[in-house]
Amino acid sequence: MLDVEGLQCERDGRVLFADLGFSLTAGAILQIEGANGTGKSTLLRALAGLLNPTAGTIRWQGQAIAEAGVDYRRALLYLGHKPGVKGELSPSANLRHLLALHGDTTDGLDEVLAGVGLAGLEQQPVARLSAGQQRRVALARLWLNRASLWLLDEPFTALDKRAVAGLTRRFEQHLGDGGAIVVASHQDLPLTSMPLTTLLLGDYAPTGMAA
Amino acid sequence: MSAMVSVLQRELQVAWRRRSDLLQPLLLFVLVLMLFPLTLGPEPQQLARLAPAAVWIAALLAVVLGLERLFRDDFHEGVLEQLLLAPHPLPLLVLGKLLGHLLVCGLPLVVLTPLSGVLFAVTPAVVETLTLTLLFGLPTLMLVGAIGVALTLTMARGSLLLSLLVVPLYIPVLIFAAAAVDAASMGASAAGPLALLAAAAVAALTLAPLATTAALKLSLA
Repeated sequence: MLDVEGLQCERDGRVLFADLGFSLTAGAILQIEGANGTGKSTLLRALAGLLNPTAGTIRWQGQAIAEAGVDYRRALLYLGHKPGVKGELSPSANLRHLLALHGDTTDGLDEVLAGVGLAGLEQQPVARLSAGQQRRVALARLWLNRASLWLLDEPFTALDKRAVAGLTRRFEQHLGDGGAIVVASHQDLPLTSMPLTTLLLGDYAPTGMAA
Repeated sequence: MSAMVSVLQRELQVAWRRRSDLLQPLLLFVLVLMLFPLTLGPEPQQLARLAPAAVWIAALLAVVLGLERLFRDDFHEGVLEQLLLAPHPLPLLVLGKLLGHLLVCGLPLVVLTPLSGVLFAVTPAVVETLTLTLLFGLPTLMLVGAIGVALTLTMARGSLLLSLLVVPLYIPVLIFAAAAVDAASMGASAAGPLALLAAAAVAALTLAPLATTAALKLSLA
């Protein structure tokens, strides 16, 4: 589905990573690990097409993502570390808008909001919710989309244990349906039944401190 | 199209929730207008002569003040990146946002302009022309301003740069607006300058969404 070749990204003239390549097939999940500042978020933004890499190509179904344009954006769900919801509006209004933007149905919206633990808060302005609850509003989109490729930046941040478990189940379901996921996370993903590939950025030693 | 309407709807919903913030540029507009008669003294001829200048400078200040909120919150909340990732032609979505801004920040200024008739002792014909110059001129100011906001979005002290960047571009609009009001105050037809203002507004409405989208992509990259 997604093929990356020779990718290089810079920030402020500093090369974050170079000659990065991988390919992601349907039903696969890729975890990006790396110390702070090694370019995990930058890589995800490049994959989403939000920033142009300084070198290399990203292909979606064999087509460069810039050319695939609207088709690629239709197949894509990107959740960055900013929640992407308006603080003045309620979770329900925010999600309705995002669904309309992507042409998705709003059927089952209330059930999903209750499912992510926001029952009774549907009409509160998002700005009044806690960090974890705001995160849940953004994550509720994972239950309400038809995108096949998910790009998730630290999705487990500020979530409690039960929410992490729920999210993991949703991941497994999505992969089972033939979707693909790229997730940037420091945490070990508690996936049991899924083939997990890990991509390390920088000279990161996942066990303990780097020498 | 339905996605554009959805963007416009959300823009109006957010504006309604933040109505006290939106009042600030309007209050500034009215306040500046009220200061002129108070400081110039009560001679009607002098006031009437200065009315168009006062109204336009007050409106320009209100526009620049209102531009601040156009993309800044959306950027910080990550709403802007989600907008750019929507599977639709992006200039259309940006157009939805800009139309929302025109309705929320521009239209009230046009509606308040007849107030200047009372404050500046100008004739109804001049008030009418003045209101029309704002109706046709403000969209250009706001749409050109939107390009500037998009370009300076991620800069520190972007708002100062924004004023320096866009205000010089406002000069042609001010010149045509002044010409229209001059013509009306001498009893002549103001149709010529008004048509030019309207043409500029149509051009801005067509081109600004494209330029703003490109500038937003640059700012977010």
